[in-house]
Amino acid sequence: MSGAKPQPASKISRREMLESLIGGSGLVLALAYGRPLRAAVVKQSESLATDFVPNAFLRISPAGEVTVIAKHDEMGQGIHTGLAIAICEELEQDPRQVTVIPAPADPAYGNSAYQVQVTGGSTSSWSSLEQMQQAGAVAREMLVAAAAARWGVDTSACEARDGAVHEKSGSRQLSYGELAVDASRQPVPEDVVLRERKDFRRIGKPTPRVDSADKVRGIAKFSLDQRVPDMLTAMVVRCPFFGGTLKRYDVSRAEAFPGVKAVVRVPTGIAVVAEGYWPAFRARELVEAEWDAGAGGSLDTGELRKLYHEKAKQPGMVARNDGDAIQALSNAELTVEATYELPFQAHAPMEPLSCMVILKEDGGAKIITGSQMLGADHPAVAARLGVDPSRVEFQNSLLGGGFGRRANPQSDFTIEAVEVALAAKSLGRPIKTVWNREDDLHGGWYRPMYLNAIKAGIDNGKIVAWHHRVVGQSIAKGTPFEPLMVQDGVDQLSVEGVADMPHGIPNLTVELHTISLPVPVLWWRSVGHSHTAFAKESFLDECAHAMGKDPYQVRRELLQGHPRLLRVLDLAADKAGWSKAPAPGVGRGISVHESFKGFAAHVVEASVENGRPRVHRVVVAIDCGLVVNPDQVVSQMEGAANFALSATLGSKISFSQGRVEQSNFHDFSIVRMNEAPDIEVHIVASDDEMGGIGEVGVPGVASATCSALFEASGRRIRRLPVEDQLA
Amino acid sequence: MKIDFTVNGKPHTVDVAPDTPLLWVLREHLELTGTKFGCGRALCGACTVHVDGQAVRSCAYPIEYAQASQVQTIEGLESDRIGEAVVNAWIDLDVVQCGWCQPGQCMSAAALLKANQSPDREAVDASMSGNLCRCGTYSRIRQAVDLAAKNLREGAE
Repeated sequence: MSGAKPQPASKISRREMLESLIGGSGLVLALAYGRPLRAAVVKQSESLATDFVPNAFLRISPAGEVTVIAKHDEMGQGIHTGLAIAICEELEQDPRQVTVIPAPADPAYGNSAYQVQVTGGSTSSWSSLEQMQQAGAVAREMLVAAAAARWGVDTSACEARDGAVHEKSGSRQLSYGELAVDASRQPVPEDVVLRERKDFRRIGKPTPRVDSADKVRGIAKFSLDQRVPDMLTAMVVRCPFFGGTLKRYDVSRAEAFPGVKAVVRVPTGIAVVAEGYWPAFRARELVEAEWDAGAGGSLDTGELRKLYHEKAKQPGMVARNDGDAIQALSNAELTVEATYELPFQAHAPMEPLSCMVILKEDGGAKIITGSQMLGADHPAVAARLGVDPSRVEFQNSLLGGGFGRRANPQSDFTIEAVEVALAAKSLGRPIKTVWNREDDLHGGWYRPMYLNAIKAGIDNGKIVAWHHRVVGQSIAKGTPFEPLMVQDGVDQLSVEGVADMPHGIPNLTVELHTISLPVPVLWWRSVGHSHTAFAKESFLDECAHAMGKDPYQVRRELLQGHPRLLRVLDLAADKAGWSKAPAPGVGRGISVHESFKGFAAHVVEASVENGRPRVHRVVVAIDCGLVVNPDQVVSQMEGAANFALSATLGSKISFSQGRVEQSNFHDFSIVRMNEAPDIEVHIVASDDEMGGIGEVGVPGVASATCSALFEASGRRIRRLPVEDQLA
Repeated sequence: MKIDFTVNGKPHTVDVAPDTPLLWVLREHLELTGTKFGCGRALCGACTVHVDGQAVRSCAYPIEYAQASQVQTIEGLESDRIGEAVVNAWIDLDVVQCGWCQPGQCMSAAALLKANQSPDREAVDASMSGNLCRCGTYSRIRQAVDLAAKNLREGAE
């Protein structure tokens, strides 16, 4: 998802954009079929008749079990814990004593920033905090009213504290469980007063994750772990070329394989349905398929690089134009020029994709999956089945990593699983379609390949002109998000992070060439910032060296008037000991970048050992405004650094003769323990507006690493990943 | 092919193709889904279990080799003090993010601590580098191995 901001010139309000999104798209928004909130929750369990269900986010059983229904999907970022903390702040309940379950598909759980049920764009905490506090406060008021009625006293004589209502002047108390039945009969309060920040008892205090123990012990259920009686497993033979078609095929050997129940044709290829993973996998190898490669057959990374370089020589669509960059460049004392390239990237969540489909007699279905975007998947499945969405039930799971891959507006793996189930309907059994790692890496929906060509003009030790061309595919184009994210032909996701750069350079031009390719692309943790920050921050480093200035001081000068960026920059520099020289042989790089309403600065220490990059230390400073759970902010920064380092040092998706060259973790190289640096995280105590976290730690890592490697080796990396470029 | 083996102390008999990886027997036949699938080629370590005390990648371990073996999975890891110390350290330090790789990480860590009570950083890095974590929890994994080792040493005194 995106942190893209509307262009300054744009007069379109968020509401108007959302209306255009709803009205002008093929995505039937979940909003269109709203129903009472209670109904949404009641589906979760049959034992709810006596439960206290004050709203869609919370229920309390007479036995005292408090269950939080999480509107945001837990994919590692700790949001289940964060939502529980926010509810418990007002509910007056220990968040360690609640159970958190994934929400069903329902408009009640729409993302408050996007109005669609989706977890992305680092929006979860800031967009839902107050809503969760309110949900907790409403419940607390009703519990207090129930206790007051029971005791025949005024509510002002009662106080909720730690899972019970206490009589202020006496010794009487009633637990929430004891009050659950009565509380259900209390009127829902129209207004609740939320605690002020200074009075928070739980928000901002370190709270253990609600999911740690079950995940460590292997008890937690992810999509791939979900089992139902009689289920079958399907694997799909897909075209090795994007946009290719099936010419001829022979499935006789696969059909004869022991354990195989059916081999069926689906729009994406041929599905083998069998009694479990292994027979499905073995039999799939026996399918003989001949493909017409189509447009994707000629994909070649070397050729694509040539095409991107050619495009960068020509003017593109204007994304930002301040002053006259061309004129200022031609008048400048000194010009600096560089081109930065980034490959396609796969998300490669550790849990491979899967989706179970149980077709129902009424034409509907139950879907058991791991999705970041039920707001797209739910209406898409209903539309494919030709039924009202109320006949399609979604059971979401914990996600074994997402990074954007499970938030596909085109619902690729969900719809494919439905196609498999429909094609093999005669078997009358639930079917889980499972991907393996090769399917995942070959399956597309990558972060697009990008090129950034930049020129700067320098006068009197100041950058006076910046001319920046971005070349790459559009993520939003052709999706229901196009009206929201593509403005005047410019996909904001392609240029975010540079078209909105706040450096006060008087002559600034940002242009975009949108390339059309048959490769399906998608948002990948930090989206456009994942490439623009690498280019912008690397180039600032090059400009600093060209001016003979300290890269930290150059940023300080350019960011005057931007206190939140300056604060993280200063904090990272201070904690990293920027003023002291690094150890011999070790280089140091610095970056600072705003994304998703969050602010992060990185200092990286690295060296080159035997021609290989070696990252020793990463110091991160983060300002995300109010912090809900500090240790999880630390955790996200640590994880983001390693995630970004993988893409900096080793991982990529490339093409040769139309085929993806990588297939598994031996050649899609992600950071391992022996390469993982020490990471120090410093959180700015901030009263400023709340912002994002999960993606904010990614953008600045690549440039700071490459700047450090430059300082260590004298060699500038302008094409990711580094791989063996320093050998 | 009939295979008799023991999982977490309980005897089991399964009748499956001999090349079926132990992983899928555990997950689908015994419904022990704590052992995870990540790569299918012994490259990521998510499927790590112990066979006769040795850490193995169950995704690439044909069930026929498990004949008469003692298999330990994450579901049985806490039955001994080393396993228990590892699981507790992982929970105490909130190592997990998405959590998919962590049972395998714990199995590798327990195997390390069985062989080496006081692993230094180099030993931890070497032993744990076969277990990938896409969320990037490596710093905490290091800390958790150290914490488990420390708790075990102190408990043994």
